[in-house]
Amino acid sequence: MRIERKNRAAVSRRSFLKAGTAAAGGLVLGFVIPGANRPATAAAATPAAPNAFLRIAPDDTITVMVDRLEFGQGVHTALPMLIAEELDADWSRVRAELAPAGDVYKDPLFGIQMTGSSISVAHSFTHYRETGARARAMLIAAAAERWQVAPEQCATSKGVVIGPAGRRATYGALADAAMKQPVPATVRLKDAKDFRFIGKPVKRLDARAKSSGRQQFGIDFTLPGMKTAVVARPPVFGAKVRSFDAAKARAITGVVDVVEVAVGSGGRGVAVIADGYWPAKRGREALAIEWGTDAVAKLDSDRQMRDYRALAATPGQPAITADTGKLASSAKTISAVYEFPYLAHAPMEPINCVVDLGVDRCTVWAGVQFQTFDHGAIATATGLKPAQVTLNTMMSGGGFGRRGVTTSDDLIEAVNVAKAYGRGPVKVIWSREDDIKGGYYRPSHVHKVDIGLDANGDVVAWNHVIVGQAISAGTPFESVLIKNGVDSTTTEGIVEAYALPVNLSVHHPKANVPVLWWRGSASNHTAFVMETLVDEVAHAAGIDPVDYRRRLLGDRHPRHLAALELAVARSGYGKKQLDKDRAWGVAVHGMSGSVVAYVVEASVKDGVPRLHKVTAGVHCNMAVNPLTIEAQVQGAVLASLGTTLPGAAVTFKDGVVEQQNFNDYTVARMTDMPHVDVFIVPSTDPPGGMGEPGVPPLAPAFANAVFGVTRKRVRKLPFGLGSA
Amino acid sequence: MVTLHINGHDRQVDADPSTPILWALRDHLGMTGTKFGCGAALCGACTVHLDGAPIRACITPISAAAGHNITTIEAMEADKVGKAVQDAWVRHDVPQCGYCQSGQVMSAVALLRTKRHPSDADIDQVMSGNICRCGTYQRIRAAIKDAAATIA
Repeated sequence: MRIERKNRAAVSRRSFLKAGTAAAGGLVLGFVIPGANRPATAAAATPAAPNAFLRIAPDDTITVMVDRLEFGQGVHTALPMLIAEELDADWSRVRAELAPAGDVYKDPLFGIQMTGSSISVAHSFTHYRETGARARAMLIAAAAERWQVAPEQCATSKGVVIGPAGRRATYGALADAAMKQPVPATVRLKDAKDFRFIGKPVKRLDARAKSSGRQQFGIDFTLPGMKTAVVARPPVFGAKVRSFDAAKARAITGVVDVVEVAVGSGGRGVAVIADGYWPAKRGREALAIEWGTDAVAKLDSDRQMRDYRALAATPGQPAITADTGKLASSAKTISAVYEFPYLAHAPMEPINCVVDLGVDRCTVWAGVQFQTFDHGAIATATGLKPAQVTLNTMMSGGGFGRRGVTTSDDLIEAVNVAKAYGRGPVKVIWSREDDIKGGYYRPSHVHKVDIGLDANGDVVAWNHVIVGQAISAGTPFESVLIKNGVDSTTTEGIVEAYALPVNLSVHHPKANVPVLWWRGSASNHTAFVMETLVDEVAHAAGIDPVDYRRRLLGDRHPRHLAALELAVARSGYGKKQLDKDRAWGVAVHGMSGSVVAYVVEASVKDGVPRLHKVTAGVHCNMAVNPLTIEAQVQGAVLASLGTTLPGAAVTFKDGVVEQQNFNDYTVARMTDMPHVDVFIVPSTDPPGGMGEPGVPPLAPAFANAVFGVTRKRVRKLPFGLGSA
Repeated sequence: MVTLHINGHDRQVDADPSTPILWALRDHLGMTGTKFGCGAALCGACTVHLDGAPIRACITPISAAAGHNITTIEAMEADKVGKAVQDAWVRHDVPQCGYCQSGQVMSAVALLRTKRHPSDADIDQVMSGNICRCGTYQRIRAAIKDAAATIA
């Protein structure tokens, strides 16, 4: 998902404040947004300091509030690094906490509190650093006052203010006094050459907790008297409950209630509420439900693909226009049809949500990507005022887009369960089967492309039709992302860096399947088509695929070129002799302000493609934490590789999802994982995102290598299901 | 009431005998370090040791565990091999989302107990039962080898 950055004014509208006194004293810095519904005075009176971004406690502990969801991408370490850098903190004293839903935690450019689109570090880069710099200035001012010296005579080092004549005071010792200092209106940020943390491989703050079982995730959260609920959702999206018999379920020890509730996609379901997951699950299995599926459309995947292929042969809604007149007279033509299936995100922590609903308040604990929408949706679902709703952001076991449901369906369903139960807090847990069958998939797509080349191998015409559901339709982003009937969440990545005369049109058929962004957004299919076709064009022109990309990039995209050249150089492409059964594959793609190029080695044995080695060239401008960037690229390789494996598809028969768990919905395992080397182009420009950009170019690089072995083009994901 | 021997202590669990060890740990004993990932022994997130051997707690009923020693992630810091593996996990910055890592650590500890110096093939074979969706496999391989070196 890309959202235009038209809300830059929001940055200047927020001003810093001392966000209130923590119960134990210390320095607390936050923001206030003029006109927002939480005035600074109220914040200052609240011990929890709801507007806080930074707390320095008298015991020297530094707590950074992270205004994003941490679900693996490392923002829980990166944002504290930004504050620690300017604060000159002792890293061993730095802690991080996830911020609850709150106006001050809204993305400074997008104006909503969210995690997605790989924006977290890029968008928070300045205000987190400024928070650290302001706190440091206040600590210095407090020390100068105490020592009766000028602030200019004081310096800082690793959490200590150092004054003339060897005077020293820790930040903790100065925190209370610093709180009495005015917040400086302006601060000067460090030069990149002076960075101690930014650009250095800093280890994750949560690594120990996550290696020892101590890290609390949303699913681990519990309240006194809390019950666990599982929900029987309809076999076809949007279907209703005609009738149900809960007698057998209620007879199971531990089952405390069975209620019918509204679920997502306009459907109805039956929730079993019990003392723990196991009786709830047994209770659900004991339910006899007659579903009313007559009124809902029942998708059949084979028929959908046939329909999509037929649609792709006709022009759609124009997205990008270019002259295709030279197709007929081209020296060479390439015609290709690609198919992509629905994909489940399958984060390791299944969807869950704790709701504590009272008469005049509701508190929710969940790992979500759109706190602003979710907070509002909970208020609407409960009939409470926004101020009566608290939404706590929980550390999450992966997401890959699945926790970014703009309609908040999962949370509303959990609120409905709590409401219907009415006797205390409830945790709704989705089983893995619920997750795989539960919708919000990456949409299925067909691309049809017709390309004309001239005698020099230059592309003179490129007619491109995409068929796929519009993810943004019916979301709060619709007005921004859908223009002239074309959802940019379908088309991003088609026209990226290359100088190609692309004529693009789009069909957005409706289907009774809730769809959602999946790590890499549209680029996880558009880049596959573009990077395999550019490879094919290069071969048709008799030009080396890397040389052909150099030619297409020209001198207009130096960052793409730098990433590509780095991957080429480090991989040994064109120099190293590969084993006889292996071939090279190359791809490069940019998104979210970063570019990733891959050079890969693959083989095909007994018809099974295998990825052996990946060399990544990354241009993300300033590499805030190279260790995290390496991890994100390794993760992106795995995510994309997973989509190529047999069984990586959600399919429908009579409206029912045919897969159910990791036995028939394939994800990549350790035996699939190639060795990945990551190299980063040095830069001091403001950082781009790195959560997603590694995903799109991997599968096409692999497919190009498969072509190198088999001389057959891969036109369908997952691979091996009828390659062309 | 079933008596379970967990991490060296007897614990009473008032649950149906069909209850998997996973839910006895999580819902009855408040031990949430062991994770629910698939409920069908497909992902390894719930891996614990039964008499030292790795098992999937999500499909093993407590009725099958009575009289046996259950060891969970919570006991690993006090365990020589467990501590070595956890330290290696931190040194190699292994976790991303971290949700699968309790199970990964338990599988790695079981591997190192039977093979002090596992090869890449040994690691791939044993660890392929533990799914990570974030992509930590490469660092897990390196961390297991590093842990093996520190134990020896």
